[in-house]
Amino acid sequence: MALIRPYGDTLNDGKIQLSFTLPLPCDALGEETAKAFAHKMGIENVSVVHSEALSEGYSYYIVYGTLTHQVDPTSLTVTEVETTAMSKEAIEAYIDTHFDRDLVFIGASTGTDAHTVGIDAIMNMKGYSGHYGLERYKHIKAINLGSQVDNETLLSEALKHQADVILISQTVTQKDVHIQNLTAFIELLEAENVRDDFIVIIGGARINHALAKELGYDAGFGPKKFAFDVASFAVLALHEKKKVN
Amino acid sequence: MKLTLNEDTIRACRTDAKTIVDDLITMIDKHSTVSVERTILRLLGIDGVNDFDIPFVNVLVDHINDHADLSKGVSHYLAAAVKDTKLSPQAIAEKINASTLSLKPYQDVETDMAVLMPYIESTLEAINKQKATRQTFMQSRQTDQPEKYVIVATGNIYEDIEQAKSAAKKGADIIAVIRTTGQSLLDYVPYGATTEGFGGTYATQENFRLMREALDAVSKEEGRYIKLVNYASGLCMPEIAAMGAIERLDMMLNDSLYGIIFRDINMKRTLIDQYFSRVISAYADITINTGEDNYLTTSDAFDHAHTVLASQFINEQFAASAHMKESLMGLGHAYEIDPDMENSFLYELAQAALSKHIFPRAPLKYMPPTKHMTGDIFKGTIQNALFNIAAVSTNQSIHLLGMLTEAIHTPFMSDRALALDNATYIYKAFKDFGADIEFKEDGLMNTRAQDVLSNAKALLDTISEEGLFTTLEKGRFAEISRSPHLGKGLDGVFEKAPSYKNPVIDVLIKQLKEGDTWL
Repeated sequence: MALIRPYGDTLNDGKIQLSFTLPLPCDALGEETAKAFAHKMGIENVSVVHSEALSEGYSYYIVYGTLTHQVDPTSLTVTEVETTAMSKEAIEAYIDTHFDRDLVFIGASTGTDAHTVGIDAIMNMKGYSGHYGLERYKHIKAINLGSQVDNETLLSEALKHQADVILISQTVTQKDVHIQNLTAFIELLEAENVRDDFIVIIGGARINHALAKELGYDAGFGPKKFAFDVASFAVLALHEKKKVN
Repeated sequence: MKLTLNEDTIRACRTDAKTIVDDLITMIDKHSTVSVERTILRLLGIDGVNDFDIPFVNVLVDHINDHADLSKGVSHYLAAAVKDTKLSPQAIAEKINASTLSLKPYQDVETDMAVLMPYIESTLEAINKQKATRQTFMQSRQTDQPEKYVIVATGNIYEDIEQAKSAAKKGADIIAVIRTTGQSLLDYVPYGATTEGFGGTYATQENFRLMREALDAVSKEEGRYIKLVNYASGLCMPEIAAMGAIERLDMMLNDSLYGIIFRDINMKRTLIDQYFSRVISAYADITINTGEDNYLTTSDAFDHAHTVLASQFINEQFAASAHMKESLMGLGHAYEIDPDMENSFLYELAQAALSKHIFPRAPLKYMPPTKHMTGDIFKGTIQNALFNIAAVSTNQSIHLLGMLTEAIHTPFMSDRALALDNATYIYKAFKDFGADIEFKEDGLMNTRAQDVLSNAKALLDTISEEGLFTTLEKGRFAEISRSPHLGKGLDGVFEKAPSYKNPVIDVLIKQLKEGDTWL
């Protein structure tokens, strides 16, 4: 057992900050309601440090307090991509040693999603935050199909280019539109009997590995993951697959 | 705060851009598209959908395409049918939908457009009335520059209205209703009030009307006019421009190249459609917002700054060719340089001042950081504050406020309120900052602006030599390559028959040329 609370400036002082809007006018009753919500969350010594009217009938609160709940982190399990990330150079060398050809990565932002920022961060030459994208990798042929690519097109392009890895980016997650779309792609692969022909990876700001596994993907990458994270997982998984076959 | 720039280079850029656009005007003149034809039908007063939710304008265009020769234009058939049946265009559309009338027999008859004029005039009268209403609102109180622009994107028009009203009361001057993801690729405009959308709300004429009505009420309460924005883009670009003109939208996102590059819409389709849409917007006094910010979310903002400037020059010339006055050209740019870069703020300031210097009368649309927003909302607030300082110091016109929760979710009501408070504070704190300081002649910012200008000039030289289609094929914008023979909507492009007529555009251009678009 190693129970902890959030940290303000003293171990286990439980200090926590919240901000939220209530559909109430900004007045004493609004403030009292904000406090009541904090109490229900297990927060004590609630202090509404700021309140403001946003509009007729809506008010905004910033609240501090002491969280009474405790959590034992050792009792929790997390699903994370377990392979170790290699550098760009190490990945290039790995492909050189373990494969007798270049690897093909095909990617797209699929469904109705018009955002390319995620797939571009991983695939484009420039990459993101100082980490080059897959286009710049030796021994990787990176094909970025852009946005609003439907699942059927992605699969037919993947087959046409004999892709080893399929990357799918989903940015719009309002009302879980991405779940339907991602599920449909796996179903398509299974219907066409080609699920095992590819390593299939998803990414996006609201994507994580646990979700990816749940939906039947090989891996999922969320924020702060770069081309080398994705490529490391992919080349190791491809090598595993090669050994099995 | 004035940059030292070579005015000859700026003039040369404009000459290049004009060459690039003139080169395409011939192609545009020779062609029409299904969406242009549907727009003509809308402006002839045809509205509504059939039992399968297919708009009557689509039914009619498809009918002509399937049973007659669309290359003569819908006006040919309508003029003949109106004369023959004495029915209104709307009644004709409904009869065609019910299969109780065919336009095939009119394919080869002689037609006179005069019979359609009363219908066109009636629509233009409605648009003129809307312009007059806007004028009256605007005279009541001039909005301070820059104008604060925020988005609503709930997917439900009624929820959007709540959010918009709240934002207006918090100080927003402009409300944009973001469109549901995917609408740009629909080859029809959905109908009626809608409550289901993803990452935005359907652009429908009824949604336009509902939001305008709500904002008119807030405008009266607040004593200042709240502007409304939507998207005249995608496969229905000119139709949405027409709907916006009728329902008094004040701004439309409308880029000459965006659909081609970022939505893989065929380049002929986009260029033909954007031309008609800009003529409509020019007539209706709708400010267009161009989409140069998108280049920078795809390519590196520092290395590709000149592509933004080059595109602004091209958008300016396309708008001018559509008889649009400068005061309606909301040319776009953005604050997207990596915050980890040393002196990033100086480069941003130089770029913003550069746009303002070159397009002094255009109401520039300045877009906030998005690419480097991380989910760290506290840092995001600072990034937005720096962006706001650049906006107010360089006197931008249309200031799209950044949200601290960019990259997390579509804005909460509180996100928008915090953004408005941030902007209001910085407008006040930096009010005369821009007027009070000067750029060092050989300083970092002047040098940067000169570099961007000369790189833009080099790019425009290349484009004017090779032609815009080749440029797009080579992927010089946003590093994305497009072919004139591919892309969505190409099958809706056709060459006009010698007898083709578009009486609507003829009237609009005639009046724009005469300059009597004001009542």
